[in-house]
Amino acid sequence: MSAIDLYRHDIIIVGGGGAGLRAAIAAAEADPSQSIALVSKVYPMRSHTVSAEGGAAAVARADDTLEMHGYDTVKGSDFLGDQHVIEYFVEEAPKELTLLEHWGLPFSRNEDGTVATRAFGGMTTKRTWYAADKIGFHMLHTLFQTSLKYDNIVRYDEHFVSKLLIANDGSCRGVAAHDIRTGEMKAIIGKAVMLTTGGGGKIFPFTTNGMIKTGDGMALAYREGVPLKDMEFVQYHPTGLPGTGILITEATRGEGGYLTNKDGERFLVERDYGVGSKAELGPRDMISRAIVQEIEAGRGLSGPYGDYVNLDLRHLGEAKIDERLPFVRLLGRTYVGVDPVKDPLPIRPVVHYMMGGVDTDIDCATQLSGLYAAGETACVSLNGANRLGSNSLTECLVFGARGARHMTQYAKSIGQIDDKALVEQAKAEADRIDQLRGRQKGGEKLSEIRRKLNEAMESGCGVYRQQDTMKACLQDVSQLRGRVADLQLTDPSRVFNTEVIAALELANMVDVAEALAASALSRKESRGAHTCKDYPHRDDQNYLYHTMCTFSPSGPVIGKKDVTLGHWEPEERKY
Amino acid sequence: MREVTKTFVLTRFDPDQDEAPRTQEYKVPVREDWKVLDAINFIKDEIDPSVSHRWSCRMAVCGSCGMMVNGEPKLTCKTALSDYGDRVEIEPLANFPIVRDLVVELEGFMDKFKSVKPWIVRAKQKAAEEGTYRQSTEELSAFKQFSMCINCMLCYSACPVVANEPEFIGPAAIALGHRYNMDSRDEGASERNQRFREEGTVFSCSYANECSEVCPKDVDPAAAVNQAKFNAVIDWAKGLVMPKGGS
Ligand SMILES: Cc1cc2nc3c(=O)[nH]c(=O)nc-3n(C[C@H](O)[C@H](O)[C@H](O)COP(=O)(O)OP(=O)(O)OC[C@H]3O[C@@H](n4cnc5c(N)ncnc54)[C@H](O)[C@@H]3O)c2cc1C
Ligand code: FES
Repeated sequence: MSAIDLYRHDIIIVGGGGAGLRAAIAAAEADPSQSIALVSKVYPMRSHTVSAEGGAAAVARADDTLEMHGYDTVKGSDFLGDQHVIEYFVEEAPKELTLLEHWGLPFSRNEDGTVATRAFGGMTTKRTWYAADKIGFHMLHTLFQTSLKYDNIVRYDEHFVSKLLIANDGSCRGVAAHDIRTGEMKAIIGKAVMLTTGGGGKIFPFTTNGMIKTGDGMALAYREGVPLKDMEFVQYHPTGLPGTGILITEATRGEGGYLTNKDGERFLVERDYGVGSKAELGPRDMISRAIVQEIEAGRGLSGPYGDYVNLDLRHLGEAKIDERLPFVRLLGRTYVGVDPVKDPLPIRPVVHYMMGGVDTDIDCATQLSGLYAAGETACVSLNGANRLGSNSLTECLVFGARGARHMTQYAKSIGQIDDKALVEQAKAEADRIDQLRGRQKGGEKLSEIRRKLNEAMESGCGVYRQQDTMKACLQDVSQLRGRVADLQLTDPSRVFNTEVIAALELANMVDVAEALAASALSRKESRGAHTCKDYPHRDDQNYLYHTMCTFSPSGPVIGKKDVTLGHWEPEERKY
Repeated sequence: MREVTKTFVLTRFDPDQDEAPRTQEYKVPVREDWKVLDAINFIKDEIDPSVSHRWSCRMAVCGSCGMMVNGEPKLTCKTALSDYGDRVEIEPLANFPIVRDLVVELEGFMDKFKSVKPWIVRAKQKAAEEGTYRQSTEELSAFKQFSMCINCMLCYSACPVVANEPEFIGPAAIALGHRYNMDSRDEGASERNQRFREEGTVFSCSYANECSEVCPKDVDPAAAVNQAKFNAVIDWAKGLVMPKGGS
């Protein structure tokens, strides 16, 4: 068996994005004497939180209330969000964003020097705090730089976690981390582990997500028997650039931009797509469906990367675009050769965000003792069937912090850890990766399997879904599982072997995709982002529950969990 | 869309096998709207999966994909291939040790970065309950530009001082320290200025301005270094006039 190195900490955070960094700081403050490992497959400032553009939501203005933010979120979720979670979230949100302001985040300001807020889809009033159109970049760098001042946060940069380590009593007490630089395996052991590994948009071909968003944390938990919750709910953002899928933020519409078809019509105003007077500021699920319908009715435009509609910002004028949306201007010019000051931007719906994820309670604890999850990889049930834009960065802060504080308490109750079983597992994991590296004997090509997976997901789990195509998608994905086990890998090197990482990621993507497709197939109604052509209506009688998808060797097993309702009664979702 | 074939000459180096870096050529069918990164990804996916490089966001904001393209430091996901002829040389960023192929060693930078205390320093932290600070638009614009650095390291590759004096903390770290010094919410300037007066920091800069020329985010680190020099001197002079912690 391979030799491995052993590292010990009190708690371990896997992921250095918005959720992971916030958790690390909260843990460092909750107990300055505890040692915190922060493990990330890329340097923290490369995490995909960096790409968020529009803003982060929290009540800030005199004309706004927590009640309104709560109701907007519940309604946006199509009544599948857990209301006790939502109430806690809206209450903590202003405090968390205020802390970020104290730590130096360069928020855009009103004339009187207070923090400025902008309109966002599905939000009744202006409550999205912003930094021009680069909130994620500034949030990530502010958190990362602030984290450097805590000496009890020990970073493992460019370490890929490939397995959770489970003690004899069945609880999670560490991770197996592959040091990408050296190819060595490390057993990082602690009393509790938090997954903050982000979403998995890369299982789809056309996505706003970066290369690193492969759903690793979801797969890690799933393989240890932790259910994935509400995986069928995938958010399509209405405005991605054709070809690359690069996001054009909803803030473009928050600042007054129009969506138009080939006749120059503002179709959200001209036809009834359920968004009412909100028009371009309706929620994302509805607007994405409207765009698909416009295109299907022949009112789209066509380009080298398929059909699209236009996002017209020209009437905002150059000064406003340069002040509020400078990054959008750069993205338009650089990636589609369009200057939005002069011409409309081509856009089409694009896979953006996963509402589902690792099932947790309000403390971010999973069913596996010692394992926590927060941020996009988790499903604490804030977002239900459809997330409102700008709620998720705030979610990373609110629940990253809460989970870390809870974990700190939990860790104190845990005595001496018996390393033996953990070390054995890490050694077995080292062997597994050694055998994978430069594995010539397989017959399958990595990029080909990834393409097949992408195609299956796009055809089965798009904006509009049907029972027969979802079934076919699930079958195709299940078949790919076998093919992933037979990959041919050509790179034998131990040093920065990105091929072996891609192979591990691909296996994770297949697990996540399979859970997603199985969950989607099981929900025979239309709710939020899950739109089933065979079942076009919401069915509260039979489907007002969370889908729980559990791993089994013979395929995903679907179960249910109650939705926590509260003082907002389910009603028809009409704007 | 139009496609042309271009030849890419990549630096290859695997410390497990190679004594020194070598090059390898690949022919790639390039679409006219491709960036340099698209071609490298094509090579990795379709021709030679053993090529190692860093990338993630492909939208010029995560800072991972810096490389030398025909001898100049570039953000490869932002650099159009249409600007190049039919032979494109791609090397790892200059002035850094190579880890593997197109991947360079960043640990030294991470230490330099931390040494400027890139966080808000205050004698007393304000509680969340006390609300946000007020900051005027002028106060914001005093540092905003210097907060836009994505840590892509192109400026270290371009800097003639970094090339000769590896201990030099470099443009990005100085710009970041200066960013916090200029923030109306911060009280840590004197600590950072002390750091700036040490050897290998602002006074090592020969004002070549190369850093600002290659910066893909218009941070203008050269301006930051210059302002930081000035402030570090003023701060020192104040200390002479008022020796024992006078204000
Ligand atoms: C283009 C874009 C724009 C967006 N705009 C907004 C917006 O304006 N407002 C808003 O509220 N939300 C927005 N979102 C959503 C929001 O940005 C994300 O949901 C959020 O940033 C996720 O943060 P996270 O910390 O959960 O994960 P990430 O930031 O994705 O971080 C994941 C971390 O986990 C690490 N990791 C992953 N796998 C492993 C592994 N196997 N081993 C070790 N480490 C691992 C990674 O290295 C990384 O550090 C946007 C999303 C996108 C894609
Ligand atoms: S890939 Fe992120 S900056 Fe180029």
